[in-house]
Amino acid sequence: MAEQTAFADIRADGRPDAAVVRDALGVGVAVGLSGFAFGVTSAGSGLSLWQTCALSLLVFTGASQFALVGALAAGGNPFTAAAGAFFLGVRNAFYGLRLSQLLALPRAVRPFAAQWVIDETAAVALAQPTRRSARIGFVVTGLSLYVLWNLTTLLGALGAEAIGDTAAWGLDAAGPAVFLALLAPMLRSGTERAVAALAVILGLGLLPVLPAGLPVLVAALAAPVVLWVRGRREGQEGDR
Amino acid sequence: MNVWIAIGVTVVGCYAVKLAGLLVPGGVLERPLVKRLAALLPVALLAALTAQQTFADGRTLVLDARAAGVAAAAVALFLRAPFLLVVAAAVVVTAGVRAMGA
Repeated sequence: MAEQTAFADIRADGRPDAAVVRDALGVGVAVGLSGFAFGVTSAGSGLSLWQTCALSLLVFTGASQFALVGALAAGGNPFTAAAGAFFLGVRNAFYGLRLSQLLALPRAVRPFAAQWVIDETAAVALAQPTRRSARIGFVVTGLSLYVLWNLTTLLGALGAEAIGDTAAWGLDAAGPAVFLALLAPMLRSGTERAVAALAVILGLGLLPVLPAGLPVLVAALAAPVVLWVRGRREGQEGDR
Repeated sequence: MNVWIAIGVTVVGCYAVKLAGLLVPGGVLERPLVKRLAALLPVALLAALTAQQTFADGRTLVLDARAAGVAAAAVALFLRAPFLLVVAAAVVVTAGVRAMGA
């Protein structure tokens, strides 16, 4: 009987459900806790408690939220600030493209699942070998991250004054560390590494020149450019 | 009021792009080239975001304690540390470097 239950959650050519849940919770908890940094930053930028919490509840895509409060604090007008946040959010459409195929969600569920389509849920779901484990990964990451991100946003906003300077606590390094941890497993082949390297060059090089949010979108062009160059090179080798 | 306008526009825009991705018909992604591209786009976006959040201060590029923190995260990743430990390494090292006055 004990043996049966031990094997019950291991699916055909998939990973044990428990392993998927553990990975998903690892990402959900770690990133969810970084909502604290957002709460502190947002309140420090002069947004009210309600405004800060509304962003985490309704926008729920960290980079866009940070971009918006940063732009508002810098005195940008509401539409420019929102445009920067929106451009950063456009990448979620690409994740959605991949996830809709992978998760095969019923149409009625999609409007609800959409709010959870972000870097972290996409990274966890895409790392899974089967549809079942991808669905588990998406739901567990989405739920744990959403709940924790909003709770810690509230705590951060409430505690902003008590904490003082978030930078002194190193909280501003949490964001890039999270992105790096999500990116690392994707760098399997030379193509992926070339895309990442070109994207870094474009993202940093264009930062001083283009309006906030745009350099990241231009950096996305690294993907088609590298594919095109690789395709040409293979074509030439084929001709010889 | 201005802040609420910015929040409202961001909420609607960000939700719309998330939903749009999910609603595109599956057939569009059947072509191998589109599949390759969709797999590589997150790589490009995450790489650019990581670099910007490490080296950008507004619209200027800087080298500060965050770089040390992210380097520590990279080492932790290389050593196959769990996710929380990777993020913790970045935060602790960044705070440590700042505390030392760098």
